[in-house]
Amino acid sequence: MTEKRDVWIFIEQDAGRIAGVSLELLGKGRELAERLGGRVGALLFGHQVAPLAETAIHYGADVVYLADHAEMAFYRTLPYSRVAVELAREHRPAIFLLGATAVGRDLAPRIASALRAGLTADCTALQIGDFEQRGTLYRDLLYQIRPAFGGNVIATIVNPRMHPQMATVREGVMPLGKPDPTRRGEVVQVEARFEPQDLALEVLERQSWPPLCDLKGADIIVAGGAGVGSKENFALIHELARVLGGEVAASRAAVDAGYAGPERQVGQTGVTVRPRLYIACGISGAVQHRAGMDQSGTIVAINTDPNAPIFGIAHYKIVGDLKEVIPRLIHAYTCKLANLQTCKLANLQTCKLANLQPPGAKT
Amino acid sequence: MPYHSIVLVKQVPDTAHVTGKVMNEDGTINRAALPAIMNPEDMNALEMALQVKDQHGGTVTAVTMGPPRAAEVLREALYRGADQVILLSDKKFAGSDTLATSYALKCAVERIGGYDLVFCGRQAIDGDTAQVGPQVAEKLGIPQITYAEAILALEGGSITVRRALPLGREVVRCTLPCLLTVVGSANQPRPPSAQRMLACKLAASPLEYARLLETWPEFGTEEALDRYLAERGLRIPVWSAADIGADEGMLGLSGSPTKVLKVDYVVFESRTSKEISPTEEGLSLLLRDLIEEYIL
Repeated sequence: MTEKRDVWIFIEQDAGRIAGVSLELLGKGRELAERLGGRVGALLFGHQVAPLAETAIHYGADVVYLADHAEMAFYRTLPYSRVAVELAREHRPAIFLLGATAVGRDLAPRIASALRAGLTADCTALQIGDFEQRGTLYRDLLYQIRPAFGGNVIATIVNPRMHPQMATVREGVMPLGKPDPTRRGEVVQVEARFEPQDLALEVLERQSWPPLCDLKGADIIVAGGAGVGSKENFALIHELARVLGGEVAASRAAVDAGYAGPERQVGQTGVTVRPRLYIACGISGAVQHRAGMDQSGTIVAINTDPNAPIFGIAHYKIVGDLKEVIPRLIHAYTCKLANLQTCKLANLQTCKLANLQPPGAKT
Repeated sequence: MPYHSIVLVKQVPDTAHVTGKVMNEDGTINRAALPAIMNPEDMNALEMALQVKDQHGGTVTAVTMGPPRAAEVLREALYRGADQVILLSDKKFAGSDTLATSYALKCAVERIGGYDLVFCGRQAIDGDTAQVGPQVAEKLGIPQITYAEAILALEGGSITVRRALPLGREVVRCTLPCLLTVVGSANQPRPPSAQRMLACKLAASPLEYARLLETWPEFGTEEALDRYLAERGLRIPVWSAADIGADEGMLGLSGSPTKVLKVDYVVFESRTSKEISPTEEGLSLLLRDLIEEYIL
């Protein structure tokens, strides 16, 4: 039989909204499937979620396996894994990707164990390449690339034989593709049938809250590290972010020290960001942090140590004490704004800053 | 009614305390210099199991798979109140990825048998995969409750658990037996009890006897030491692949689908950065740059 070359993406949805990471994976899946000459399959499970099939197709799916069942209204491990495992046994995809979310990290190992497939957690990059072992050449394998040992190294994992090649992928590391409303695809209705033991767990209560901050969507990020020195000093980071209209982020060290909540952590074990402007204050730049922000448009680094690794990737290097530099920066910025306010109206209209608040105004 | 719990624990290098000294000259990890600890969330899993025992009676059995020195984490479990500990150690386990590891653990859990609850930490700090718990549950054919933060009720053959999710919480009810993976916010693990430390300090696995005899030559032979420990319930049993009836093809490298193709240092695109003086004038120039480039 011919080796299947399809790439599957698990579509995570909640209350009729597809998770960002699933849409990101559809774009990546498209790229991998084109390289392999296969199709992109999307697994869409839930209750009354049929309208989402079209969205999945617009983002890159060729075929959507739609399992719509009242028992699948909310994610539960056993019903979801039952349907996914049966589908994978029947269609034998080459690659099966899930987001490294709470759901993906619960579901993927359950499926991998049932299929006796290899699974790599928390990938930050995926590529296609060959692998040779004991004289056997395996072509077109999925290179599953992830940080290891606290982010000091990057490991490339392959799964030569026990397919599908499964991986969970971190949110935000794959660029979100543009939906193409003209794309057409096939929707396959899957009849979900459950055994009593699949329903052993019932959800009594569910509460979800919106993200506390939106680092992924921020254009400007001001981040503080261990060098900030104290929770009180961290107010400077908040102040600079407020003045610039940006979001506050932190390094792992700052989060561990309690200066900021874990939802603000940028890096391999936090969020991967690529804002237009990233200002790193008192962050030395451990590998695990740099890997989460080195794709930012412009990086400004403030650090007392002129040899801090963060300067190696910074566009602008400021050697100095952030406790002095940040207030000066805020002052200089508000002065600039004040000057611009007095500009001629003609200038203002062409000036990007025209719609900004005057200095001192509270936003 | 009493409940019987099995806790799966792992000895990990203390990656939170990696310092410059822990890296060798050639950039490789000097594992010997890293302190080995019980994985922090496994400690929370152990605590949850001990609380079940405190409230309902029953037993707590701690299991780990690893090299001989992994017995250290089993002693930690004994000091805190585990009734029984088991070390899975065999060269055939070496090189296992999460799938092969979960198979070995499943075999061990089945050999122990008679369990109501299996507890694991949510994930280990050396790999952060969070895969072994769900894979063990799948292989045992029992439900899993990941991100468990609190047991709200345990009655008859059913458990009610609060799950702590990154952006929410869920309360679920599940039939027993089931497997829980426990998060760090679940509890404050109890410290070792001084009384139990005194009682269990000598606990050792036969794999450690040779080293122990250097410290306590008065025992003379391994047999004498073994007899002494066994009489006092201080012998930590070591189970091999054969002891747990494992299929060797499913263990170690041959049972592991994933292979490490390569390990690279992280290389960043290096940039020539423009140095800005930390003065008001310097920062003004920086802002002018950023504004002119439409960055600000």
